[in-house]
Amino acid sequence: MMDVGIVSYGAYIPRYRITPAEIGRVWGVDGKAMGKGLLIHQKSVPSPDEDVITIATEAARGMMARVPDVDPKDIGAVYVGSESHPYAVKPTATIVAEAIRATPAMTAADMEFACKAGTAGIQACMGLVGSGMVKYGVAIGADTSQGAPGDALEYSASAGGAAYLIGSENIIAKINKTLSFTTDTPDFWRREGQPYPSHGGRFTGEPAYFRHITSAAKMMMEAMGTTPEDYRFAVFHQPNGKFPTRVAAQLGFTPEQIERGLLTPHIGNTYSGAVPLGLASVLDVADPGDRIFVTSYGSGAGSDAFDITVTDAIREYNRSAAKTVAERMANTVELDYARYAMFKGKIVMPE
Amino acid sequence: MASVAKEWREIPGRYNLEGSKCPCCGKVYFPKRNMCPVCRRESIGKMENYDLCRKGTVYSYSIVYDAPDFADKLKPYAVAMVETDDGVRISSQLVDVDINEVRIGMRVSAVLRKISSDGPGGIIRYGFKFVPEE
Amino acid sequence: MRDVAVIGVGVTKFGELWNKSFREIGIEAGIKAIADANLTGAEVDGVFVGNMSAGRFVNQQHIDALIADYSGLSTNNVPAVRVEAGGASGGVAFRQAVMAVASGMHDVVLAAGAEKMTDLDDVSGNAILDSTADAEWEASMGVTFPSLHAMIANRMIHDGIATREEIASFAVNSHAHGALNPNAQFRKAVPIETVLRSGPVASPLGVFDCAPISDGAAAVVICPLEKAKEYTDSYVKVSAVCQASDTLALFQREDITTYGATVAASRRAYEIAGIGPSDISVAEVHDNYTVSGIMALQDLGFFERGKAGKAVLEGQVALGNKLAINTSGGLKARGHPIGATGVAQIVELAEQLRGSADKRQVENAKYGLAQSVGGMGSAVTVSILEAI
Repeated sequence: MMDVGIVSYGAYIPRYRITPAEIGRVWGVDGKAMGKGLLIHQKSVPSPDEDVITIATEAARGMMARVPDVDPKDIGAVYVGSESHPYAVKPTATIVAEAIRATPAMTAADMEFACKAGTAGIQACMGLVGSGMVKYGVAIGADTSQGAPGDALEYSASAGGAAYLIGSENIIAKINKTLSFTTDTPDFWRREGQPYPSHGGRFTGEPAYFRHITSAAKMMMEAMGTTPEDYRFAVFHQPNGKFPTRVAAQLGFTPEQIERGLLTPHIGNTYSGAVPLGLASVLDVADPGDRIFVTSYGSGAGSDAFDITVTDAIREYNRSAAKTVAERMANTVELDYARYAMFKGKIVMPE
Repeated sequence: MASVAKEWREIPGRYNLEGSKCPCCGKVYFPKRNMCPVCRRESIGKMENYDLCRKGTVYSYSIVYDAPDFADKLKPYAVAMVETDDGVRISSQLVDVDINEVRIGMRVSAVLRKISSDGPGGIIRYGFKFVPEE
Repeated sequence: MRDVAVIGVGVTKFGELWNKSFREIGIEAGIKAIADANLTGAEVDGVFVGNMSAGRFVNQQHIDALIADYSGLSTNNVPAVRVEAGGASGGVAFRQAVMAVASGMHDVVLAAGAEKMTDLDDVSGNAILDSTADAEWEASMGVTFPSLHAMIANRMIHDGIATREEIASFAVNSHAHGALNPNAQFRKAVPIETVLRSGPVASPLGVFDCAPISDGAAAVVICPLEKAKEYTDSYVKVSAVCQASDTLALFQREDITTYGATVAASRRAYEIAGIGPSDISVAEVHDNYTVSGIMALQDLGFFERGKAGKAVLEGQVALGNKLAINTSGGLKARGHPIGATGVAQIVELAEQLRGSADKRQVENAKYGLAQSVGGMGSAVTVSILEAI
């Protein structure tokens, strides 16, 4: 198989924020303490005119702006992973593909695997590129996730996404290997037609998040013959700030290694967008030769691990042609719960 | 419920600011035209598709307080007439901005946003809006 | 081409006419105009009705037939035509009627306009107004009709053409005159502070910068000038009635602080009438928004660009001056039942030129001018009437 990797990437995070303290104020909970426990200072909230389609499109446009020499007609596949696609039936991916002028000689599909649908898309694109079926594939992870009002998830469920152009030429980061660890573990789900997800409470921890991430991560390091010291950066799925910090420690990664890719404390859990955004934040500052360890997690459950090496091509790569993750996290506007509830459609309106 | 076809056929303009360029005089029009109003029959059948530059400058603006029902959740919101960097004027909403900071001459760029939707079960219309320059 | 005269006028009260239906309003104005012309009604051989959107306001299309029927003209099988040109529907209906008589195809024609707007909620009504601009590329993007006018206002202020106070003062003038018009929707003078402090609609424009939602109708009877005396001693001559067009979308104009169609139609009208702007003593201009009124005074040649606002603010266009603007109260105070507006302007001019304008009477008026605007100046009619 030929070398396959990241040719470009783009990130998008809505500008509105709400704090756990403000959410807790409404539900009679010490939200500040809750935020401290979860390591979430605030979470992003989409504007009423934003959804997964607009977030995915803006991430993809940023991705394309950084590689002006790539002809969008050479994109052979567009996959958008999300658990909050605006349509239950009607792909997000076709709209994104149209908006970046990639249509019509291409394939497209929406993916869903809780919080890891974005990395699943990267794997699918790697297969298509690696086999020579397509020149470029686009994989996007994006969500405008919903937590039921008052539920623990409401303190973390947020919005954002990142897009990756996968190819084999001019790659800024080579994906040395990817593998997955997948089982049937019902820790978190949403039934068809239900507005909010349900979860197994503390069951989402040990047998779900921690088991899958550590298993996939260990399989990867074993396969590559590496140890945590071999990587400059590590990105783990981040439903809150606490879990990735703990899983990193369990695996032997230092807080310094995960700091750059740990965005949840500042933007909340962007679900399918979480690991793609964390990786984007790392790529925003990465230098040639940097090795990056990535492991996503999706409830239900599975983890995708990636071993990535940044190439010399990143020197010529025009990162400044689109906003960086740090720039996307600046200039925010804080909402109170009433406006947040209106934005998120939680207020019953007349027909 | 609005016709799906009516929305579908406007997608190139709404997503990608696709207008028309007259091959005779070089003038660019948005939305698309089948004929250049200046060159008229010379241009018929020859108008070329042209994607407008997504960056531009606010030519004029207003803050809308009396909003149509589809934009009710956004009010008060800014609208702007924007001159793109290729010299074509277009109008839409200006979002992600402090409404007190909107000015003539302000630099903006076009993004994709939801414009409206046909109730909870109908199609969603997406199109360009402006944000302070990216 | 024959010269044409206005021989009878009729107008309903403008406002929220809760107990009157569209057909009642339309007929009332027509009957008044026919009576005013001393006709029985049997003389009428053609009807033109200006109406913007009965289809959406009251769910009735084909209102030409409805008006002919309920005014008793269908028994004579009199042809009726509904004319739509957005806010200029009434102005264009009047022009079509004048052309019909001037050409010799018709002799006695009823030019009417009617709109029943209050049977619909405000948000739905506003959406109809929005659709007179470019529905696909302005209205549907959330760029409302008031906001388009507000963008003109902001550009005018930015370019130093008028100040916010000057723009607001147009409503003060209209309200002062509306107070004298028994058929006006608002019969109350307002100080400029009221306009400036009114609730925002689309900044910088507030509620008092905007014409109201109104019900109402207006009608005039016209005939060849040479036959006018056969019916009445009280008639006025139609010296010119011109129309011009412009782009549908405001954003496609080089300069948004002027309506090219107003300039074109008025220049042609002055030429045909053989007069200039300084010969006009009384004018009805389309102040659907205050800023439109200021723009009209410049585009019609009454004031230089940059001077109109100051003149209005200083009271130079109020009754008693050399030029009186919107003696009826204008769209702002008389009311703006859209299809009726352009015809109501002709009614006001006829009243002024024949000396029956009562408390609003302009002394020794020889020429009167009416400007009717559709959409964002996409269709404009300019009519000049002359006292006999």
